[in-house]
Amino acid sequence: MSILVIAEHDNSSLKQATLNVVAAAKAIGGDIDVLVAGENCGAVAEAAAKAEGVNKVLVADNAVYGHFLGENLGELVAEVGKGYSHILAAAGTVGKDFMPRVAALLDVAQVSDIMRVESEDTFVRPIYAGNAIATVKSTDSIKVVTVRPTAFDPVAAEGGSAAVEALDIVKDAGLSSFVSEELAKSDRPDLASAGIVVSGGRGMQNGENFKMLEQVADLLGAAVGASRAAVDAGFVPNDMQVGQTGKIVAPQLYIAVGISGAIQHLAGMSDSKVIVAINKDEEAPIFQVADYGLVADLFEAVPQLEEELKKVL
Amino acid sequence: MKVLVAVKRVIDYNVKVRVKPDNTGVDLANVKMAMNPFCEIAVEEAVRLKEKGVASEIVVVSIGPKACQEQIRTALALGADRGIHVETDEEVQSLEAAKLLKSVVEKEEPKLVILGKQSIDSDNNQTGQMLAALTGMGQGTFASEVVVEGDKVNVTREVDGGLMTVALNLPAVVTTDLRLNEPRYASLPNIMKAKKKPLDSMTPADLGVELAPRLSTLKVEAPASRQAGVKVADVAELVDKLKNEAKVI
Repeated sequence: MSILVIAEHDNSSLKQATLNVVAAAKAIGGDIDVLVAGENCGAVAEAAAKAEGVNKVLVADNAVYGHFLGENLGELVAEVGKGYSHILAAAGTVGKDFMPRVAALLDVAQVSDIMRVESEDTFVRPIYAGNAIATVKSTDSIKVVTVRPTAFDPVAAEGGSAAVEALDIVKDAGLSSFVSEELAKSDRPDLASAGIVVSGGRGMQNGENFKMLEQVADLLGAAVGASRAAVDAGFVPNDMQVGQTGKIVAPQLYIAVGISGAIQHLAGMSDSKVIVAINKDEEAPIFQVADYGLVADLFEAVPQLEEELKKVL
Repeated sequence: MKVLVAVKRVIDYNVKVRVKPDNTGVDLANVKMAMNPFCEIAVEEAVRLKEKGVASEIVVVSIGPKACQEQIRTALALGADRGIHVETDEEVQSLEAAKLLKSVVEKEEPKLVILGKQSIDSDNNQTGQMLAALTGMGQGTFASEVVVEGDKVNVTREVDGGLMTVALNLPAVVTTDLRLNEPRYASLPNIMKAKKKPLDSMTPADLGVELAPRLSTLKVEAPASRQAGVKVADVAELVDKLKNEAKVI
């Protein structure tokens, strides 16, 4: 077996998700090559070559791959990948964009967002927003798979010494072009990969009150999330939404403040390692999944939490 | 400009999902079904394009059993002009759905195809991209803004860490994300009118597609369930537990 892992990166550094995907590839077993497609991405290729367990790094360095357009990446990966038994990428917005194109071009199915490898052709993945877990077997000769990074412990970033090989394959589908980019400049970690998440619900009453959560989050190095109710009420933007129709998170610590715990919210956070709920309604369903529940008025409890955290951190 | 919208009938997003005791799937008997939330956003976007005078006709297509016609009628009540039902009782996987939609695209020749980014049942997030690849179209996935200008469409996409705007040649495929719009409700008069709008029914064979699933589901299980933990008396106890018992801060 031979596995092609598509690196996730920003042209200057290799994202950790790639190391999680290499770990998934190791669980399948076989030779692991990493494809780095981008523009001026030599440093990324060097980083990928040091990752544990990598056999060879292939680099497609060209302006047509600079913005990771799915049309161009799809053609490149379908061509490079057709000699492999498996093609793997992280289930981030880049992987989710180009991988189904790869699968369609190769006329194979894709297995999305796997959480576990059962065997070379059988994978475990969440369906119904994690409310059910399916074990799926692929009968295709090439398995195109996206991997949920948080489900696999990353391989070591250092210690490997894979050969780096340049590819002279330029695929410009001519269908799309990059216009602009607006990346959030927040010092807080990304919601989907943060180790700690502090989320607010309808109980926050307005967007201004989310500042209280931000202060707690900054003490903890946490991301700030919200329930759909808080988003629907217009308190905060939708990219903060945790839940079935928002982001799925699985941090070490999830603090739910003023969130009742609707099914659709629980679907997005119940894989968190430790859940804390602060709510004045002791009957709130969130307490049924919380490891630590505090029945209290959040407007008293959150400032106290900030003070207590300052003492111990 | 003709717009094609694909919609899927799924379990209503407010329903608690229950895994069947024999682990063959999820229990859908007597469960409320509805249009997939991301598909509702797709229909709404098409209707807004028509209201702006950009779209001239909206064709809505759904694949699945007879009951899918309910979701097609819903889309017609929201403002779509006519419906296409690809009827099958078989399980349809993403690649097959994309092949069926490709056939519909070849017949209808829309300038824009709008789909939800994923369905909330199988959570695959594949069909739109596969359709785009099979038809040789560009794709604007996870769209939060769609602006048609001449023979191009600018799509702002929700990507990890922010937003990215791409320009696509038309015809193109767009898949919707949550922030694209807030879908309207159908009014009663429009629901009545929708009953008279044309709805064609056809089979996968009519479209020249043979359903051949590549993935088999071996089992479906409930996720490991969480137990309710303890109630703490105050914030000091909470912080103490987090630090010394759970060791997460």
